[in-house]
Formats: sequence, structure tokens, C-alpha cells
Amino acid sequence: MNTLNKIKRTGPVLFSEYEKGSAVKKVLEMEREDILFEIKDSGLKGRGGAGFPVSTKWMITAAANADKKFIVCNADEGEPGTFKDRVLLLEYPELVFEGMIIAGYTIGAKEGIVYLRAEYSYMLEFLENFLEEMRKQNLLGKNICGKGFDFDIFIRLGSGAYVCGEETALIESLEGHRGEPRNRPPFPVNTGYLGFPTAVNNVETLASVPNIINKGGEWYHKHGTDKSTGSKLFSVSGDCKYPGVYELPWGTTLNEIINITGAEDTKAIQVGGASGICLPATEFGRKLSYEDISTGGSIMIFNKSRNMLEVLKNFMEFFVEESCGQCTPCRIGNVKLLEGVEMIEKNEYTIEYIEKLKELGRTMQVASKCGLGQSSPNPFISILENFKDEIFNNKPVLN
Amino acid sequence: MNDSEKNIRNEFIQTLVQRFGKERTALLPVLQEIQKKFFYIDEHSQQEVARLLNIHPVEVNSVISFYAFLYDKPRGRNTVRVCKNIICNYHGSLEIAKALSTELGIGFNETTKDGKVTLEYANCFGMCDKSPSILVNDQIHERVNKESVLNLIRDLK
Amino acid sequence: MEKELRSPVSQRPLIVKDGKSKTGIGATVSIELNGEKMQVQLGKTILEICKENKIHIPTLCYHEDLCIAGNCRMCLVEVEGMRTLQASCAFPVTSPVKIKTFSDKVRKARKHIVDLMLSEHYGECYSCVRNNNCELQTLAKEYGVDSYEFGHICEPRFEIDSSSHAVVRDMDKCILCRRCVRTCIDLQEVGVLEAINRGYDTKISTFMDKPLADVICINCGQCINRCPTGALHANDPSDEIWKAIEDPKKHVVLQTAPSPRAAIGEEFGLPAGISMTGQLNTAIKRMGFDRVFDTNFTADLTIMEEGTELLSRLRKAIVDKDSSVMLPQFTSCSPGWVKFIEHFYPEYLDYLSTAKSPQQMFGSVIKTFYAKEEGIDPKDIVTVALMPCAAKKFECNRPEMDSSGFKDVDYGLTTREMAKMIREAGLRLPELPKTNFDEPFGDASGAGLIFGATGGVMEAALRTVYELVTGRPVPFKNLNIDVCRGMKGIKEASVKLENCKEEFGFLEGVELKFIVAHGTANAKHVMEMLIKGELAGYHFVEIMACPGGCIGGGGQPIPTSELIRKLRVKAIYEEEASMPVRKSHENPRIKYIYEKFLTDGPGGKLSHKLLHTKYLKRGKYIN
Repeated sequence: MNTLNKIKRTGPVLFSEYEKGSAVKKVLEMEREDILFEIKDSGLKGRGGAGFPVSTKWMITAAANADKKFIVCNADEGEPGTFKDRVLLLEYPELVFEGMIIAGYTIGAKEGIVYLRAEYSYMLEFLENFLEEMRKQNLLGKNICGKGFDFDIFIRLGSGAYVCGEETALIESLEGHRGEPRNRPPFPVNTGYLGFPTAVNNVETLASVPNIINKGGEWYHKHGTDKSTGSKLFSVSGDCKYPGVYELPWGTTLNEIINITGAEDTKAIQVGGASGICLPATEFGRKLSYEDISTGGSIMIFNKSRNMLEVLKNFMEFFVEESCGQCTPCRIGNVKLLEGVEMIEKNEYTIEYIEKLKELGRTMQVASKCGLGQSSPNPFISILENFKDEIFNNKPVLN
Repeated sequence: MNDSEKNIRNEFIQTLVQRFGKERTALLPVLQEIQKKFFYIDEHSQQEVARLLNIHPVEVNSVISFYAFLYDKPRGRNTVRVCKNIICNYHGSLEIAKALSTELGIGFNETTKDGKVTLEYANCFGMCDKSPSILVNDQIHERVNKESVLNLIRDLK
Repeated sequence: MEKELRSPVSQRPLIVKDGKSKTGIGATVSIELNGEKMQVQLGKTILEICKENKIHIPTLCYHEDLCIAGNCRMCLVEVEGMRTLQASCAFPVTSPVKIKTFSDKVRKARKHIVDLMLSEHYGECYSCVRNNNCELQTLAKEYGVDSYEFGHICEPRFEIDSSSHAVVRDMDKCILCRRCVRTCIDLQEVGVLEAINRGYDTKISTFMDKPLADVICINCGQCINRCPTGALHANDPSDEIWKAIEDPKKHVVLQTAPSPRAAIGEEFGLPAGISMTGQLNTAIKRMGFDRVFDTNFTADLTIMEEGTELLSRLRKAIVDKDSSVMLPQFTSCSPGWVKFIEHFYPEYLDYLSTAKSPQQMFGSVIKTFYAKEEGIDPKDIVTVALMPCAAKKFECNRPEMDSSGFKDVDYGLTTREMAKMIREAGLRLPELPKTNFDEPFGDASGAGLIFGATGGVMEAALRTVYELVTGRPVPFKNLNIDVCRGMKGIKEASVKLENCKEEFGFLEGVELKFIVAHGTANAKHVMEMLIKGELAGYHFVEIMACPGGCIGGGGQPIPTSELIRKLRVKAIYEEEASMPVRKSHENPRIKYIYEKFLTDGPGGKLSHKLLHTKYLKRGKYIN
């Protein structure tokens, strides 16, 4: 492996001192209900971006009556500008895998599946070896730590589809189908992989669990803000001196990010990857948190030399390619939005039509089947609104 | 494809099915392995996989066509993928793409005449902090530049 | 049909069938629908609830024969407290919710979706086979589309695939609702069509995008019946038929199957279930066809041939202990089913009856017996078969179907295409007087008529076989063998043969066991039973490729649904009940043809030449 990661800043929460295997050993002595209470106290929410409370997800899966259950680790980190999971998997795999064991124990699953994106297949050997090592240490396999709990983890590779980061598409892909999102309900917690109750959690979410178990939900809750507890990994890239992964408390402002990463002349920050929103300097005081700007952690910084229309076009091209093509608003809508961007680029547009496209974008946000189509208009709407002077000024409007 | 080539594939697919099972869940792992060995999944193999997993050939074809890293048309022994995310673009991936294209004498989504390399764009590799990056087969190369990528492809077999 | 069984687990709506007994939570839940409070059954989808309450929700990907897809997003409604709109077809109500079905947000979204579809929908309505019967067109009207908001594609993106005799695919009109995919894979389990690629490049395709004629399509045409637009339609021969009619040298003969008669009224605005036999005959004659014959005549002939074949197989098996005789005998009148077994179970072709389908029997009878009787040179005869079927088009083009020395049946025409020709001729079908079928074949028996419904061939065959063997009519009230009737996917029953005639003494006490299946998914199930040896002791199996039998055929009027199919069946059984002759062997013209023409009797040498056929081991492999 030729990739060195080196996390730029390890915070006191996710990366506090951790002894391998300690949380697993502890958890196997606990009642499943107590684990759920601990997670509930921590206030941990899904780190993939949607922010669904982990305790609720696990509680429903745990309560489901089924012959089999599954815990799936969503390592299909495909959001442009996100790379925290790469770093976690390469540098702290024990946190991720142990988080899976704890989750498996809590919900009653005997099998954990890591869905690793195809682009990360270079990690496969390392991760497989790591799992083998854990099996040797009896942290995986039959009768883990002699406590009578059987659990194992298997890695499945994706094959290059961003939409498989959506949990039901991920499950479809695991089942050998096209990665097309399912209707919800039923939710995976009831009807997931192979029809069995399945908890799908992000890599970072799972990696947060061992420390919550060791140090307690209350300890975790003390970090961050009231509704956004703990810390968050931010993948910072773009026009800054020190791009990389940062563990920062929730509530950190964009200005703080700019300072920490040594960004200069910053014009815009795209928060949440291509499907996120693009903020201008006037909004840099806003906080990264579930209550303000909710995000999976991608921060792309653009300085004054960048052309925002070019940025938008790049994002829209991405969505046109990555839409699964199943539902009408996303399949055709994204193409229309991209065409709109190209019209502006070529200076062949009317403001009325662009407004119409924004309306279409708002429909896509509520009418698309899954998160992809519901969020793909975000950059279109936010970049055209927040950077309208740059994009529309000095250009004659054709009527 | 002649019968002996078909047989080679049949035997290989048989071993894959033994390894991954006959359930539909085995489909992607099986296809990934075929792809790794033969660089693409030909018509015959698709039908053989369908037969063994008891699904329709068109479903196998449908799955292959959905995923960007699976192919049903012949291609090179190596795949070089250039990230086209905006961050990589701003760090020089476009120049790298041009250099690769010139060196190999092919455009993107094309394969060199000797069948050595297929050149492609791909979406974000999750290496934005070390951009620009390229993926050569399944190995990632970070902070590449024109010189380093040309060295990389010269080493390819 | 048990359609739930075929939908993927993940896509099945959470229907709680019997809330009271299973969950104990209570069977109903109180909801608010457009401000109106009501109690509804737990687990019903919003779409179902709206239907019951006479609220129209626009749908495109939804089809009641198919599993839920939820991908067109037309049926969106607003559920209070949810950020996004919900697809009502896929949303089961399990808690007290407040639903708005036509709020501003909903209407705007639906309009946007129609606009988006139209922007990609190439072609003009007036030049489309589905003009006036297109679900997209209807929605455009409902949502007041008066301009192309997001542009309109001006160049075709795809080539039309008309390689198949039966189904033409025009992907420029496809809106990717994937009903055809679900029909082909889930409903029929044939597996020819699937979506390929993704995003904007998604399209419905065959294996490796090969022409439909080169893949394992069985031509059932069920996809056509469920396509909301003109993307799928049958290969229409009506221009050539018109040409033949206008050619004074040609003697154009039309045979009509029973199912088109029971359904063609729907094409002229009548409700389903009204038989148009007499009116249709008038229309056919007025259009200029020289003769109109009833395919039921050869249905009766099929019963004679197939029944005789069955008895001979039974004799060989029981008396001669001939182990090479294949039992049960499978029917062979459904060309979709024949191609299905040729592709999927080629090693079991010997189970099929060698009797041709009624359509093909008629073709060879017309160009031999009829030509002779009427003194017409068979090369000047053009035979057209009006069928409820897309696969019949393929069947008449099978190269081996030339036992008369000519192409036995020149054209297969669907019910829809006939309706179009009638409209072109300016005839108002429902208002026409009734005419009888032409001689020399005249009116056939009721046994032939019920071929149109699943179980009909079996019922007709039993009436004849039982009577041939025992000398008495079948022991069922009014000859109605109810166990053969109805829409259950696989029906099985038996009848005991007692006091047999001397020549059939070997059948004394035999329990004649039979199975009836319709839809190729059920056929597959029966074949799996056969392979597992579970059909040992069974004698006769009727299989129809289309759900409901021929009345649900791929050439029938659109739309189709279980209710429509049931009404068409009802029309057939009602008409049959009032017919004077209800047994094939009692059809006087059948007796006549065996006396005058097929003189060595059913299963004889001439029969074998003209009325029986061979099958092709096609297999599944696609080159």
C-alpha cells in the first residue's frame, strides 16, 4: 500500500486512547438493553449525513423477531470530497470492526458485512489480514472471548456505483442486483439484507461506538452541542494548505475550518460533498452540526480564483452519471439541470428558464425516490443563489 | 469464442460458484473475479453464470451494465482511471489526462491497439486530500504528476 | 394468481392480510384523507385506500398484475410530517396519518414529472399506435400540459427493433416504468427484458442488446398489454392484408378465434365482457374479406386429434407397457407456451401433443380441403387469422408450417389490429347487425369456444375423451366442468373412467388426472413438478402462456387486469352455455371432414401430414 494517511488532527472523542478489544470484552458482559441505553445516552447519530439516531436504529433491529439479522458497515464512501472512512479503515480498523461486533451483539446479528467501494479495493488485503488477526485473537469467530457470542465479519466489494451508498441500494447490491434503491417502508431494520432485519451503519458511526462503550454515553454527550453530540470527522480538501481528515467537535464554524486548514482567499465552501450545499463567505460563521449545517463531513474549499459555474457543472455531471436511473425526477431532472448549467455557460439562457429549473430542483428534492435525487439539486440551487452575481453578472440575458 | 476458450471460462466459473455459492448474492463476487481474470465478462460467461445461479442472462447483463467497474466489452489488460472530481481537476488532473492520452495514443474510454491499457475517467476516488490521484487497476496513486503517471504506465505489462 | 409469490421480498408492500387474528393490534387504523377522517385496514397502501374512496391517483409504473416498483413517482401524495412526498402505490398505512392527494406541492410535482417524461418522449401522438389509449397522453391531459416545459427531444435516440414477428420495440417512446421488465421477469418468468445501464443512459434491453428475434422471447406479448405507451406494440400486418383484399385475384379468408370476439368491444368503448361474434362477422365481410370462418371448427378438430393422441398414448402405456410413451400429454395450442418449452425445457418436448394449434390446422385445411371443395387454386388463397395473440404471428411464420404446400396461415392479426382495420373501414362495430360464419365450416361447438379461457381446452377434451371412452357424457352438471374454470394459477382434478366401452377396457377404473396452468410462471412450476417426478400418474396437462388463457393474450385490447380477464371469460362461458352443440365430436362438420377428407380418421396418415407438427430443441443459449 502506498498510501499514508496521517490524520491531521485527532480529537479527544473518536480518537481518545483505546486498547484493542477492550470494548468488545466489556460489552459481552453487558445486557443488550444496557448497551442500547448507553448508546441512547451518547446521542450518537448516523455519520453518513442523514443523522438518524443510532440507538433507535439498533433498538428496532434488536426488537425485530427474525431467524437472522445482519449488521452492515457502509464503506461505500462515494460522496465527492469525502475520505474519512478511508482513513478510519486504514488507520483505525479495530474501531470500525469492534463497533460492528458490538452492534452485532446488541441487535442479535451473527454476521457483519463490510460493503467496501470498488475504488478502495487496494485496502482489501490489509483489511482481510486484520480480520484474520482478530479471529486469531478470538475477537471474531465462534465464542468470542469465551463469552458464548458467535460473530464474524466479511468484506464485500462494490463495483463502482455512488448510489450504493444509499442503504437500500447497498442491500440490493449485496443481494446481487442493480444498486437501485428500494421503496421505504419497509425499512432495512425490518426487511433488509435477504429480507432479514439489517442495521446499516456508516464506518464512522461504528468507529464511534467502542469509546462510547468504554467511557460511557454521558462522557460522549459532553462533547459537541446539545443536539449534535460527540465529534465529527471532516474531510477537508480544495484550496487550503493542509487538506486532510480532522476530528473536530460538532459546532465548529466554517471560519474555524478555514483557519485550521490554512485556507486563504476563500470564496466558497461546499459542505457535504456534491450533494451538499455551497456557502459564500457571508455564511462562514455557520456551525457544522445537525441543527445548522448537517453533513457527512465533506468540506471542499474554493478560493477566489475558482469559477463556481465550473464547480456546479462538475457536480451536475457527477449526478447525471451516478443517478441509478430508476425514478423519473432524478433520471431526467438531473440532465435538465445540467443542460441549464450548460446554457448559462454558453450564455444561451433566460432567467425565467433558470428559475423554472430551480422549481424543478425543488420538486426533485421531494419527489425523488432516494437521497440521491433528493439532494442532487442542492448544489444547483445553492450555487446559483449564493453566487448569482458571479454567474449571471456581466452576461447579457437573452430573452 | 471457440470451444476451448469457452471451456476455460466454464471451468473457472464453476470454481467461483463453488467458492461463492449458487445464490444470487454470489453474482457480484463472481463477476468481479471473471473480470479480474479475463478483463471483461463476455457473452458466453454471462450466460454460464446465469445458468449456474439460475437467473436470466439479461439480468446478469443488466447488473454488469449498471456498475461502472464491470464491463461486457473487450478491454485492455490494465485500466488507468483518472479522477474527474473538481478537486482533482483543480490540482492538475486534466493535464495528466491529456498527457496519458497523448502517450498512449488513445482517447478516454478507448483501449490501446496492443490491448495493454484502457483509459477511463472515474468519479471521486476519495483521495481529494492527496489529489490529483489515479487508479491503475486497483492500486491508487496519489499526488501524481505528468512525469510520474507516464512512468507508471510504462511499467505496465 | 398468486402474484405476491413472485414479487421480490423487498418490494412487497407490507400488507397485513388479517390484522385481527395475527397481530392483535387491531385490524384498522384511523387516518385523514384530504381532510376526511376514516378507518382503514392496516397495511393497505394509500393508493388502494384512495381507489376505495373514489379518489383518482395518477399512476404509470403501477399495474395491478405486477409487483410494486414505485419508480415513476406519478402517484405521489403528501403525508403530513414527512419531508418528502410519498409514492402512494408503495406506502402502506400502518399508523394514523394525514394524507393530501392534491395539494399544491403534489400537483406541481406531478406536473413536473409529466413534463420530464414528455421531454424525453420522442414522436407525436397522432402518429402513434396508442393514440387515444396512452396512459402518458392521458396524464398530459389531466395535468394540463400545453407546452413542452423542459424541451422536447427532436431526434430519435434508438433504432426501432422490428426483428420479431410478434413484438416491436420502439424505445424512443419508453418512459422506463419497467412494467415490461416486471411482466417478463416476474409475471411470466421468461426473462428477456431488463433495464441496462444507469442514469440517463438507462434503457430497456434484451441480452446484450440483441434483436428480439435472436433472444429467448416467447412472443407472448404480455409486455405489450402492460406498456403504458406505444413503446411496445405488435408487428402489424394490416397494410398487407388490405392489399390482399383489394387484389381481385386473391381469395382472402379470415378465421377468428373466440377470444377476440369476447374482447373487441372494448376497443369500441364497450365495457369488458360483451361478446361481439355476430357483429364482428358482419364487419369482416363488409371490409371485403371473402369468407369468415370460426377457428372453433379447428379447435374441435384439435380436440379430436389431441384426444385421440391421448388415448393412443394411454393405450401404449397401459396395454403395450411402452415406456417410451410420454405422459402426461401437454397441450400444444398456445404458441407462446410451445416456444417457452422449446427454450427452457427442450429435453421434454416429447411430452407435447404433436397436434398443431387450431390456427395452423385451419390454415392447412383451408389451403387443401377448402380449396378443393371450392375449386380455388390454393396459391390464390390468403389466410388471415384473427387472434388474441402476439405469438400466433410467430407461429404462422414458423418455416415448418407449410404442410398444405403453401404458407398455411399468411398473416396473424391481433384483436387490436382488427379493431384498427374496422375503424379504418369506417364501421361502427357495436351497431352492426349480426351475421353467421360462412360455410362450409359454419358454426362450431361450444367446446371450441371455451378454448379462449384457461381450462377450456381441458374441459373440451374431457367432454370428448370421456364420452369416447365410456359412451356417456361427462358426469358434470350441464357439461360444465367447474374444476377447470377460474383464475387459480394451477388447477388440478381428476375424473374416474368407469363402465368403459369394450375397446377402451384397458382404461376401466382409471382415475384420469389432469392439470391446468396459465401464465408461463405457472407453467414453469408445472415443469419443475414434472422434472421432480411429481406428475407420475397424471395424464393430461393444459398450459396457456398468457394469464387467464387466450382472453388475456398479448394481442387483446389494452388495458388488462384480472377483472377484465374475468369478464371476458364470463362472456365466453355465457355464450357457450346457450350453444346447441357443446361437444367437439358432435360438431356435424367435424364428422363431415373426417368422412370426406381426413378419411383415415383422427391421428391417421393425412391428419399427421396436415394437422400435426414437430418441435425444435431451441434451448436457452443465445449466440
